[in-house]
Amino acid sequence: MAGAGGGSNDVQWCFSQVKGAIDDDVAEADIISTVEFNHSGELLATGDKGGRVVIFQQEQETKGQPHSRGEYNVYSTFQSHEPEFDYLKSLEIEEKINKIRWLPQKNAAQFLLSTNDKTIKLWKISERDKRPEGYNLKEEDGRYRDPSTVTTLRVPVFRPMDLMVEASPRRVFANAHTYHINSISVNSDYETYLSADDLRINLWHLEITDRSFNIVDIKPANMEELTEVITAAEFHPNQCNTLVYSSSKGTIRLCDMRAAALCDKHSKLFEEPEDPSNRSFFSEIISSISDVKFSHNGRYMMTRDYLSVKIWDLNMENRPVETYQVHEYLRSKLCSLYENDCIFDKFECCWNGNDSVVMTGSYNNFFRMFERGHRRDLTLEASRESSKPRAVLKPRKVCAGGKRKKDEISVDSLDFNKKILHTAWHPQDNIIAVATTNNLYIFQDKMN
Amino acid sequence: MAGADGDDSLYPIAVLIDELRNEDVQLRLNSIKKLSTIALALGVERTRTELLPFLTDTIYDEDEVLLALAEQLGNFTMLVGGPEYVHCLLPPLESLATVEETVVRDKAVESLRKISHEHSPVDLEVHFEPLVKRLASGDWFTSRTSACGLFSVCYPRVSSTVKAEIRQHFRTLCSDDTPMVRRAAASKLGEFAKVLELEYVKSDIISLFTALASDEQDSVRLLAVEACVSIATLLPQEDLEALVMPTLRQAAEDKSWRVRYMVADKFSELQKAVGPEITKNDLVPAFQNLLKDCEAEVRAAAANKVKEFCENLPEDSRETIIMSHILPCVKELVSDTNQHVKSALASVIMGLSTILGKDNTIEHLLPLFLAQLKDECPEVRLNIISNLDCVNEVIGIRQLSQSLLPAIVELAEDAKWRVRLAIIEYMPLLAGQLGVEFFDEKLNSLCMAWLVDHVYAIREAATCNLMKLVEKFGAEWAQNTIVPKVLGMANDPNYLHRMTTLFCINALSEACGQDITTKQMLPVVLKMSNDQVANVRFNVAKSLQKIGPVLDSNALQTEVKPVLEKLATDQDMDVKYFAQEAISVLALA
Repeated sequence: MAGAGGGSNDVQWCFSQVKGAIDDDVAEADIISTVEFNHSGELLATGDKGGRVVIFQQEQETKGQPHSRGEYNVYSTFQSHEPEFDYLKSLEIEEKINKIRWLPQKNAAQFLLSTNDKTIKLWKISERDKRPEGYNLKEEDGRYRDPSTVTTLRVPVFRPMDLMVEASPRRVFANAHTYHINSISVNSDYETYLSADDLRINLWHLEITDRSFNIVDIKPANMEELTEVITAAEFHPNQCNTLVYSSSKGTIRLCDMRAAALCDKHSKLFEEPEDPSNRSFFSEIISSISDVKFSHNGRYMMTRDYLSVKIWDLNMENRPVETYQVHEYLRSKLCSLYENDCIFDKFECCWNGNDSVVMTGSYNNFFRMFERGHRRDLTLEASRESSKPRAVLKPRKVCAGGKRKKDEISVDSLDFNKKILHTAWHPQDNIIAVATTNNLYIFQDKMN
Repeated sequence: MAGADGDDSLYPIAVLIDELRNEDVQLRLNSIKKLSTIALALGVERTRTELLPFLTDTIYDEDEVLLALAEQLGNFTMLVGGPEYVHCLLPPLESLATVEETVVRDKAVESLRKISHEHSPVDLEVHFEPLVKRLASGDWFTSRTSACGLFSVCYPRVSSTVKAEIRQHFRTLCSDDTPMVRRAAASKLGEFAKVLELEYVKSDIISLFTALASDEQDSVRLLAVEACVSIATLLPQEDLEALVMPTLRQAAEDKSWRVRYMVADKFSELQKAVGPEITKNDLVPAFQNLLKDCEAEVRAAAANKVKEFCENLPEDSRETIIMSHILPCVKELVSDTNQHVKSALASVIMGLSTILGKDNTIEHLLPLFLAQLKDECPEVRLNIISNLDCVNEVIGIRQLSQSLLPAIVELAEDAKWRVRLAIIEYMPLLAGQLGVEFFDEKLNSLCMAWLVDHVYAIREAATCNLMKLVEKFGAEWAQNTIVPKVLGMANDPNYLHRMTTLFCINALSEACGQDITTKQMLPVVLKMSNDQVANVRFNVAKSLQKIGPVLDSNALQTEVKPVLEKLATDQDMDVKYFAQEAISVLALA
């Protein structure tokens, strides 16, 4: 299981690019908080704690270099959210981007939703390569002409100019969440999306900002009876009526929006019976689900809890069909991880393009891949040391006790401040984006 | 054109043209709205060769500018040289039809539809139809959705070969990959069916309709319900059963409540479209099911249609159907668990009494009305009360008055001021139907109590209500019952109540007439000019200005004028201001 057969993976992952400052001194605002490819994989967006969104575009492949795929270069950078203050509640609202979701492309422009704790925004990213020229009453440089010299009318004409990429806010969906928004997900009907906070899920129409429908509300009448919160929510990739949400108790509820306007009653509850032998003070904390993702084909979903990744078949509620241990060696360290708050880290997870491999992050800038079916897994590291162009990443191993072999890292020397929470996989190709604290690493498979 | 004297006329146009690319959106918008002025000045030739190419590239602008542009272009035919050149307008509208904002696209399509009628049959095939094809096979779904709205306008005027192509394009869009396009196609299906030859309706449209009605996306299926109405109207009665009904039955029992909601919402239209026989056999049971649906939203939509549905039932069997099939469901809805359902029902249920007649109403409906008048939800009670007139015509309101009164009193004292406000608005109606005696005895005191409500909106509505009551019951009634109470409040220790007296006088003076105003109201107003609260004093000035026209000139000169003059020298600025204003409006200076 863990740590076994790492090198036998068919894909050899190579370093491609790293984005962000090399300084060890990390500015809080530069910490990456979300990473997301668009539907074609041509664009890659990141959001950070400073409320900025940076979009990278993949360069067209050059025929002369068949061995390298196009690199991702900055396409557009914009300030999506600003820090705010809620005067009614005396609360600061952070600008940190919690999630980014791309909309299916509808015309030459690109659209994405970005959200902080409270407000969701729809952004348009468009290109402009022409600008109008020719005034009647002034010169192009702004100097005014003598009106008496204007004897004929001049209609401006569009002339080519250097390509300019503009990001403009199109809609602001505000004031619908009392608690912190943890997820947004666009419906396969292309016209609605959901936003989830700790206790409620709202349904929005992409064109309507002044109202949303509350479809799930788990807030108890008396807040002292609160036992669980919503941790993530997502729409099914092609069934417009199906959504799932995960909870801090380790359960996943599937709702069918056809059945009723309010989805308070789930139609399926996915839950694995607890193993009594593993029961401890930390059981509930580590079973909390930090991310849920449907597979591209819509048959499975993947959940990430503190120590493992589980794959569920939507047709089987009583246990996951696959369970992968991400860093089982931490089970004995839970006490210290609790003391330094690491136990509350929210790791995300993602599928590869054909749902055959899943990826998720760990500590010490390690990230893990699990090849389904073959029961093979791989630990890789995102680090400056191996960041030479097209350098093949060396599989890493953590020594879980006993005698440490050469090339193995002992659990005690893991750096818990270096964590990989956010990763993304290109929708078709073997290109992955991995966010370490303030750097974005892009890796791809070695092309033969 | 040249010459020094030409400049004056060119200048404003030059400004307009320059502002087409001003940084300020408002100025750009302003220029776009005056596009016809620019085009007139440029002449048809330059409009075609210079202005339109510029506008075609303007699609980067703000939505509101694009929206205005799309609208302008729909009226531009004469400005480009008449119908002969109307096709020059197609390129800018084509690019507007592909932008992401639905409102802009819809407006561009609307304008395209408008100018399509100005194309000659030849131009339609040479210029317009190729544009529709380009949009229909565009890369992005925005252009394909726009195409859906254009088929029906060109179809009737093109050759049969082109017609076949158009049908083919529409078919393709109905099975598009994206739900956006399928929705657009579904929503235009009925409209397209209307312009098709009947044989193609049967062969093409029905299969598209059936496919869309069983689409995997709820949002597509529910639009097919709307198309169902138009398609059913086009087909001969004998074909309905085979071609439309299976789909309609399926929609009424769809797994998704949103689709069933749509069926409930369109029920009256569906009923008219399929005719009396199918209604009796099919729609009655379907309607019963919708009234008993497990989703409250669906029940509420169906409950809203109860009256219309019953009204439109074939006369020969109407009463039997209502009594044996609909009424039992309605009875259950009266005690529904969801208040929206109950209040939807309450807003239409009274209408059943005219359909069922006096005896049935008393025996079957009255108990329901009475139950709803006691409902825990104020909206239900309000809806019943607001529709009392229907019952009044059939059985007389007296039957209800015993239950009505407690219901009204309770609403009148509801803790939510919006509920109180709503019931006040029905007071004149109730007063008219209950008669002056009943009113004096039971409701008058309520109306007076609202005058001292602690919410301003209620006091204001109460004043307005008094005016309407006086209009209904006459000046004499006012003099005996209302005026003394209103004037009594002038001595109230609370200045807000004293001001209410003034507001009432403002509202009532006209309805009460010169006599009452001069003899009873004026002395009170004048006396209040010495009030210690400035707000009261300046309201005295305002009141005097308001009631001045009702008074005779003698009273104005001898009584009003000195008081206003005194107020005009008041220490308070506002009092002075309003006193001076009154003096000048009443021409007393």
